Amino acid sequence: MIVVDARGLRCPLPVIRLASLARDANPGDEVLVRWTDPAAEHDIPAWARMRGHTVLETRLPQPASGEAGPDALADEPSGATLVRLGPG
Amino acid sequence: MQIAVVRAGPGPGRGQAVVAQAASVARVKRTYLDAGGRAPLHPAGLAAQTAALDEGWADPRRLHAEGRRARMLLDAAREVFAEGLACRPEEVHLGPSHTVALQHGLLGIARGRRRAGSGIVLSAVERAALHAGAQLVAERHGSWTRPARPGHARSEEAAAHPGAPVPVDRVGRVDLEAWRAAVGLPGVALAVLQHANGEVGTVQPLTAAYDATQAAGVPLLVDAGSSLGHHGIPPAWDAVVADAGDWGAPSPLGVLAVRTRVRMAPDWPEDEDRWFPGGVPVPAALGAAAALRATLADQEEAEQRRRRLIGRLRDQVAQRVPDVDVVGDPEDRLPHVATFSCLYVDGEALVTELDRRGFAVGSGSACTSSSLEPSHVLAAMGALTHGNVRVTLSREVTEAEVDRFADELPEAVAQVRRSLGVQGL
Repeated sequence: MIVVDARGLRCPLPVIRLASLARDANPGDEVLVRWTDPAAEHDIPAWARMRGHTVLETRLPQPASGEAGPDALADEPSGATLVRLGPG
Repeated sequence: MQIAVVRAGPGPGRGQAVVAQAASVARVKRTYLDAGGRAPLHPAGLAAQTAALDEGWADPRRLHAEGRRARMLLDAAREVFAEGLACRPEEVHLGPSHTVALQHGLLGIARGRRRAGSGIVLSAVERAALHAGAQLVAERHGSWTRPARPGHARSEEAAAHPGAPVPVDRVGRVDLEAWRAAVGLPGVALAVLQHANGEVGTVQPLTAAYDATQAAGVPLLVDAGSSLGHHGIPPAWDAVVADAGDWGAPSPLGVLAVRTRVRMAPDWPEDEDRWFPGGVPVPAALGAAAALRATLADQEEAEQRRRRLIGRLRDQVAQRVPDVDVVGDPEDRLPHVATFSCLYVDGEALVTELDRRGFAVGSGSACTSSSLEPSHVLAAMGALTHGNVRVTLSREVTEAEVDRFADELPEAVAQVRRSLGVQGL
């Protein structure tokens, strides 16, 4: 699985990052995009629809708890979207 | 020019440079394509409002001749709104803005129906003021699930949690099956549905939605803020709200009409002006009424003309701009709204680039809103939220202006894409 770290990027950069990676990947590859911009939740599925890819799963950002793990990026909670690439 | 003087910098040449820049901006021919909620002033409205400043400046609640004259003018304005909404003048209440009229309609009916429950059923694509109002009612009463964030509703959630907004389909039409299920649940105080969505143009199946609320014995509040003056409203409502700014009134004014059979109670301190404490300025009401009367007089003609321009613009955008999502119902729509989203484009950059080329347009992209949240309407429809442009035609826009926009748009989009380094994606 390929991981795209788009945390901290504002729209439309997460989708651009994902699209440029998808250009060089193979059909059937699975890509996990991690994001903090709330528009990515809606724009990644919209991009996938326009481009013939499939969204397998979307994980919404969890509200920050008191103790942030070592993975936490600043104080912005992040979400993730898993995409399976179609015959691009 | 005013701004140039204020912002003149420390150096002697700076102020002149700013003035020169402002002058050059002024020379670009401007085309206003963002008329939703704030249309260019209708001359008939402006003339009536100016005359009313002389005749109707007094407080209409006073008993003397000046007060009575203002009262007569206010009643005349109310009759025009009643005619436009096909209801009785005593059912019409005037508020300071569309937003306040929506809030008071929602809160007043919810309080009047508090014995029935505190649930408010609304579609996922209603205005933010209505989602916030429903949330406030839910929090106050506490017995209902807090409404989900707009745009996050799924149909199974709508059935499970009465507070979640009713989902819409890809073109933004409310899911009637989910709507019927939601209004039929116990504990619903009122239902809220727009006649048409001002952001994407889609007209809602209002008559069918009203049949469902009637069968359930639930009052329906209709937001007609984007349609009155542009597209006929079916008599399928218990309360309706309209926005005078949308039809070119010179001053802000919200019109709330409530059928006399609907139980309503103020959710704010009692006042002589029960529904909008303090009332509204009589000249503003006269200006809005005259503008509405003039607008309705040739609505049919203005609707057909703009519908043709919008249909052609939507086709041209889809054909000439690569990777574009033209959103909203292609047929059942407002005559003057076209909305589309461009892939790999920053909405703010595109609005700015079009502005530089002389076009004023709206946008639902996150980067163009102060909250940095994308439009909940586009999100609920599953449409692309970035790179969004909303075109709303005023009655004055010419065919040549729309054509020029369609000619310049592809290059404006290409330019923004180049600046983001997007090629061959």
